Amino acid sequence: MGTLNILIAVCLAYVALLFGVAFMAERAALKGRGNWLRSPWIYTLSLSIYCTAWTFYGAVGYAARSGLEFVTIYLGPSLVMVGWWWALRKMVRIGRTQRITSVADLISSRYGKSGLLAVCVTLLALIGITPYISLQLQSVTLSFSSFAVSDAEGAALIAAHDTALWVAIGLALFTILFGTRNLDANERHHGVVMAIAVEAVVKLFALIAVGVFVVWGLAGGIGPMLERIDASEIGAWQMDRGRWFGLTFLSAAAFLTLPRMFQVLVVENEDEGHLRTAAWAFPTYLFLMSLFVVPIAVVGLELMPAGANPDQFVLTVPLSQGQDGLAMLSFLGGFSSATSMVIVASIALSTMVSNHIVMPIFLRVTRGGASGPSDVRHVVILARRISIGIVLTLGYFYYKISGGGTALAAIGLVSFAGLAQLLPAMMGGIFWRGATRNGAFAGLVTGFVLWAYCLLLPQFGGGLPVAVVEQGPWGIGWLRPHALFGIQGMDPLLHAVMWSLLLNATVFVLVSIASFPSPLERLQGAQFVNIFEHSNNPQSWSGGVAQSEDLMIMAQRILGPAEVQSFFQAEAARQGLAGFLPEPTPDFLARLERELSGAVGGATAHAMVAQIMGAATVSVEDLLAVADETAQMMEYSSQLEAKSNELTRTARQLRAANDKLTKLSVQKDAFLSQISHELRTPMTSIRAFSEILRDADGLKAQDLTRYASIIHAEAIRLTRLLDDLLDLSVLENGQVNLNIREGTLADVISHAIAAAGADMHPLKVRRIGPASDIMLRTDLDRLAQVFINLIANAQKYCDAERPELVIEVNRRSGRIIVDFIDNGTGIAPDAQGMIFEKFYRVSDRQAGGAGLGLAICREIMDRLGGTLGYLPGQGGAAFRVSLPVAQWMAAR
Amino acid sequence: MARRVLIIEDEPNIIEAISFILTRDGWQVDTHSNGHDAVSVVQARAPDLVILDVMLPGRSGYDILTDLRALPATQDLPVLMLTARGQARDRELAEKAGASRFMTKPFSNADVIEALNALVAE
Repeated sequence: MGTLNILIAVCLAYVALLFGVAFMAERAALKGRGNWLRSPWIYTLSLSIYCTAWTFYGAVGYAARSGLEFVTIYLGPSLVMVGWWWALRKMVRIGRTQRITSVADLISSRYGKSGLLAVCVTLLALIGITPYISLQLQSVTLSFSSFAVSDAEGAALIAAHDTALWVAIGLALFTILFGTRNLDANERHHGVVMAIAVEAVVKLFALIAVGVFVVWGLAGGIGPMLERIDASEIGAWQMDRGRWFGLTFLSAAAFLTLPRMFQVLVVENEDEGHLRTAAWAFPTYLFLMSLFVVPIAVVGLELMPAGANPDQFVLTVPLSQGQDGLAMLSFLGGFSSATSMVIVASIALSTMVSNHIVMPIFLRVTRGGASGPSDVRHVVILARRISIGIVLTLGYFYYKISGGGTALAAIGLVSFAGLAQLLPAMMGGIFWRGATRNGAFAGLVTGFVLWAYCLLLPQFGGGLPVAVVEQGPWGIGWLRPHALFGIQGMDPLLHAVMWSLLLNATVFVLVSIASFPSPLERLQGAQFVNIFEHSNNPQSWSGGVAQSEDLMIMAQRILGPAEVQSFFQAEAARQGLAGFLPEPTPDFLARLERELSGAVGGATAHAMVAQIMGAATVSVEDLLAVADETAQMMEYSSQLEAKSNELTRTARQLRAANDKLTKLSVQKDAFLSQISHELRTPMTSIRAFSEILRDADGLKAQDLTRYASIIHAEAIRLTRLLDDLLDLSVLENGQVNLNIREGTLADVISHAIAAAGADMHPLKVRRIGPASDIMLRTDLDRLAQVFINLIANAQKYCDAERPELVIEVNRRSGRIIVDFIDNGTGIAPDAQGMIFEKFYRVSDRQAGGAGLGLAICREIMDRLGGTLGYLPGQGGAAFRVSLPVAQWMAAR
Repeated sequence: MARRVLIIEDEPNIIEAISFILTRDGWQVDTHSNGHDAVSVVQARAPDLVILDVMLPGRSGYDILTDLRALPATQDLPVLMLTARGQARDRELAEKAGASRFMTKPFSNADVIEALNALVAE
């Protein structure tokens, strides 16, 4: 009882330590002090979750049963790390640029962001990994029991309490706490990774400690140890080539396809460069882990009574020698192996389940992110937490149902074989542009069905009737699960792996060749396969009529308002726009989609954007982009491109120059035509009436006077027009001589009112503001001319019943502002931009002017260094004259 | 019965001058001063002859004339076009629109009378 109590205490202390480590790492990362968290060593240690309880306990058992075959489990990953690091680098690069969140996301993104494929892979992973998780629970329970064997009360305690259940609950809590802190699955879980790194050190240390004790403490040194090995069954072991290669391949494949390995290899990766360190450091770690496996197995077989479970030798050998401390350490090593695997595996699986199963259903139910009723962020996090619960519950129930009897290594290998089915779709997707969604889907299903039929079902709990296993279904011999197509006498595992992977790959290739990929698939295919040639420019959307605002609302629900607002603002700024709403360019949409996919996965993010963009997933432009890309790869020539760019630029400049000249010429023609019209019109009246007067036969005296006065008025109009034209020409050419004098603004306004004859006119003029305090130093006559014009305009055009003009003077930020606001109907918005154009007249009525007054006024204000503009929204017509600070001072 | 002429022109002084000389010559003169509803005014009043300005408020004389020529009732109606824009292009536009005669402002009173009489004689 004593030992077990201490064990439980140590165990709880250890868990508390892990919590502490994870918590501190999170804190450090939050405060930006976490540089040491981003070291390649932490990365390498985190990869050690490959070594689960299966490796820790099971390898010794494996060696005791099957000799050196256990080495293959270490050999596969080592070969991948050393020989295939470039494939890993490609995967890491793809994962980072495309913001991939899981294996399912990788495969679905590659094949046109297919939701179906994501669901399919997620289910495969769930089925494949559940036994594996239950294996970890089993090993922890077993190791507890090993301690309890010597202790009757302890045994009763173990029997009374369901250890596996408590372990499962504890792991679920830890994972939820540190695995779902951030929504963005693409963000690193520093706490989890750090805790795993610590566990990696503990398990290596524990195994080496037991090994050292066995070799030097029990066997008496290296020499005697080697002799013992030679003498044992293991020494007599004969290599089975088929199994050896098969298992090496299988473990290599599993290393690439296991969701938890993908999680630490790709998702948690901080820096591609870390792979370089891990390429040699991780195989070294594996080598150290395997170093003492054989000695422990050999000594265990000698020391322990026949029938003792070799899977527990790491624990039972020290216990049997009274080395409780060492056994405790060994227990912690195994505990570490089991917990780290379960934590990472459940993070990886829960990401897949929530992103590819829960979220799509939620989005469908609530009809899309933009119109959803609640904050989707909470839903995503909740979905992920519930998924963790589901994954661990499944693992626990599998453990309960399977009874925990099967050898550890066997469960591990079955899992490996299941996940290895992802290999063709995954590697094909990364290296072969011709791979298609249909091919991947068909291959996966084929492989998985065969795996289930040949391996999973016969292996566990009588999934298949004995008759089917022995005689084949309906007595068809060549369909026997262990002898497909009549190939007999093969190892069942090898047989299943060979057939499932072979047919999987064949179907994948054939269907890929036979089916035509959708444009989006081809695009993603190019992105993945050529990731190193052109990173960072996925173009999956084209313009269209996306509602940037809808996108923003939707994104806010997922990523949170602050982050989305700054993202949208930055994107708008990148496009040269102010505010928060960028144009929905393909570029922007692709980046937005990538941001979103970090949180909810590629397929879902794509679906959400698609919902807002209005279904048109792939446009002609996308197709062109694919075609362009291909062409570029075939005959890429940067020189040619540079030349072509230069030509394009020159052509653009020429075109601009030509446009400008044409415009000027058109303007000149229009101006001449206008002048002609304006001069000829009064001239017509003058000529017609003068001819009437000349032929004066029988004109009444009163007509005579009237016609003479019309001639007179038209002559004056003509003169004024000529004056205006001359004035404008002088002003426009800048040849005007300004007569700079000093005077108060009040005087200028008074002068203008008088000159406009305002006292004689029905228009009432009201003055507001401190005009008499303001001393001006400018051309007072020209300024008065502007004021006169504005007052005269009000007199002519103000259509109020009791017309009134307010002249209001203000000082504002160093400028003098004079507003002329009347109470008429004002100027229509579409005309406001035109009124300062030459010859433009607002009204159809003949109010006398040629439409040059405001054009002249604006020129004058230009010359004076001020401005004249129309002030909208004042009720009536409103003009604002503003003068710069240099031209006024407070009156003395 | 006096021949009826409709003057479509927006300058009041020019309307007054033309009205005077034509009345003196024995025409019955009617006037209209904007382009919006010129076509329907012509149809309603059915004059023997129209004097049409080019730059009218609301609608250009070319457009009005084009419309008139498309209507059966007015497709052969004599129309004298007056314009203050005396470029060659303006004359072409007037001919294209279907003007019976084209005169540039300012004009001689005698020429207008002569042109009108020639048009009704045709």
